[in-house]
Amino acid sequence: MKISIQQNDFDIAEESRLLRESNSNTGAIVTFSGLVRDLDNERNVESLILEHYPGMTESSLEKIIAQAQSRWSILDVTVIHRIGELQAGEQIVFVAVASLHRGEAFSACEFIMDFLKTRAPFWKKCRDENGESWVEAKTTDVDASARW
Amino acid sequence: MIAVHFFASIREALGVEHKTFDLPKDVETVEQLITFLAQQHGDTWSEILGKGSVMVAVNHEMAERSARLQAGDEVAFFPPVTGG
Repeated sequence: MKISIQQNDFDIAEESRLLRESNSNTGAIVTFSGLVRDLDNERNVESLILEHYPGMTESSLEKIIAQAQSRWSILDVTVIHRIGELQAGEQIVFVAVASLHRGEAFSACEFIMDFLKTRAPFWKKCRDENGESWVEAKTTDVDASARW
Repeated sequence: MIAVHFFASIREALGVEHKTFDLPKDVETVEQLITFLAQQHGDTWSEILGKGSVMVAVNHEMAERSARLQAGDEVAFFPPVTGG
């Protein structure tokens, strides 16, 4: 299992390779990557500034992964979340799940992402031509995590 | 001692990042901590921290306002999370 909160960008191919090599039983790897959109609520986004709660962020991600492991047979997990200022088009988040078969990896990857969005202590501030403002939490994200 | 941290819009609204102080004897829950902080800093704090949408963590675990506190705890107040 790998959890990383970092300013630097990540390389999806490299992360996928590390997961592939971590367990010879792996039959499926599902990866998700989230990006900074350049348009949000019809505003032209220049950048996002990501803040988190050091310590709680890591423990909350560990808990989310443990929950996923209790529901599905997972061989390995990688979660990377970037912090600091990220420009439109840049990668923000990466979740990858390795399992024996695809079904478990697909479900666990979506579960981890849905819970990360509603439980992990990250906050986004949006910078655009009008200045800076905090991004509001979306009810659709709460609904997405409630269905599990 | 108790450490209290504020994040994101809550930190900006209060103008404070964190506070450390001796836990008063009559402060036994998060709710009472909010009341105590409001008494120290004024009604703005009560308005901001009293909002139902404000999330609370005690020792890095999400907590209810009824959660009990003891010396050495780390409490955090923050808005709904928006990562990912």
